[in-house]
Amino acid sequence: MKFIDEYRRSDLAQAVIRRIHQNSTKRARFMEFCGGHTVTIMKHGIRQLLPLTIEMLSGPGCPVCVTDNADLDKAIALAKVPGAILTTFGDMLKVPGSCSSLQEAKAEGADVRMVYSTMDALQIARENAARPVIFLGIGFETTAPTIAASVLQAKQEGIGNYYVLSLHKLCPPVIRALLHSGEVKLHGLICPGHVSAIIGSRPWEFIARDYRIPCVVSGFEPLDVLQSIDMLVSQVETDDSRVEIAYRRGVRAEGNQRALELMYQVFEPCPARWRGMGAVPDSGLKLRREFEHFDAELAFDFDPGPTLEPKGCICGDLLRGIKTPRDCQLFAKVCTPASPVGPCMVSSEGSCAAYYHYGDGTSSEQGEQ
Amino acid sequence: MCLAIPALVKSIKGNEADAEIGGISRRVSLLLTPEAKVGDYVLLHTGYAISVIDQEEAAETLNIFEQMAELAANEEE
Repeated sequence: MKFIDEYRRSDLAQAVIRRIHQNSTKRARFMEFCGGHTVTIMKHGIRQLLPLTIEMLSGPGCPVCVTDNADLDKAIALAKVPGAILTTFGDMLKVPGSCSSLQEAKAEGADVRMVYSTMDALQIARENAARPVIFLGIGFETTAPTIAASVLQAKQEGIGNYYVLSLHKLCPPVIRALLHSGEVKLHGLICPGHVSAIIGSRPWEFIARDYRIPCVVSGFEPLDVLQSIDMLVSQVETDDSRVEIAYRRGVRAEGNQRALELMYQVFEPCPARWRGMGAVPDSGLKLRREFEHFDAELAFDFDPGPTLEPKGCICGDLLRGIKTPRDCQLFAKVCTPASPVGPCMVSSEGSCAAYYHYGDGTSSEQGEQ
Repeated sequence: MCLAIPALVKSIKGNEADAEIGGISRRVSLLLTPEAKVGDYVLLHTGYAISVIDQEEAAETLNIFEQMAELAANEEE
């Protein structure tokens, strides 16, 4: 496919890898914030191709993984509201909450439907006017404008049975919280490409300015990620810290103003809980007062029950970048994609799932290959 | 989850487009990218175009890689 295949050319990748090896002299730890980048890095064996000077660390950029159990329990409880249809992106179905998952709720009779788009959820609402249709609003700035668009559409059409449970999260505030904690020392950040397609590159500038950490906004093909690592290396070697865009075909410095307008017309920032990090100020999105009647949390009487955390699961530590899946005693033994304990094994972009499917080059089997 | 893939805009009607993704046709909302035109490639995320691909920048990025490859080839000689 155009704009994908060209960025997977191995001859060009070899040239970029060669350049990275030639230029990198200082030890540097880079974090890829986004789960999509983690998948690219693991799938294409990029870690193993890098010089020993460079360490790659996965960050908290997977909306499924960072949704905490208390919020998951709300979604599961809402699915059980009599007569309700809960619509969700497929990623969320298998994620275990405290005692159940949406998939289990569905097996027990709840009407949980997987949709590809909020447009599909709206269509279900139109076709089931007598039943409440709740959309599980998960996702970062990339996705939140599409949920905002659906709320505006519902308002315009007078669709009165469409509701949203807004668990959206904003990325820059959580990176600030992560860096502020001082738990993890970084020398470079690969910023999320499709979040940046919406918010632009400017919201990352505080990282370069306040924390002196180089930032590069990256695309998702292997050449994109290698180019971003190369650009980070150049900044590290020259003691520079700036925000650069490698993903220039998809991201402008100012972002997508139209999408931001729609998002902030419908939502306003609020505190949000992140798995492993707790409450982070202004890192969530709630419906504005004008759109409160679309808010599933206010519209229904439901009991999510007490919040329980799975024993032994270290997803929270992984998301803060202080541990890797190899440090988890449950990894690939008790916790597998078929029977996941924590969300990082469920989501296709979770670091545990990526380690499980592609390996990280440290296991004995891979060493023998 | 923030996955977005390139789709070619084939026709536009109001806020919606017919777009082609690897030979498959799909209805796409242009609410977030009203500037998209027929013949543009857009980044498609959950049924919505979130960005119009800048084809000049795309070519320029590839050009940078080609230059790196050329340099590497020259060094090997």
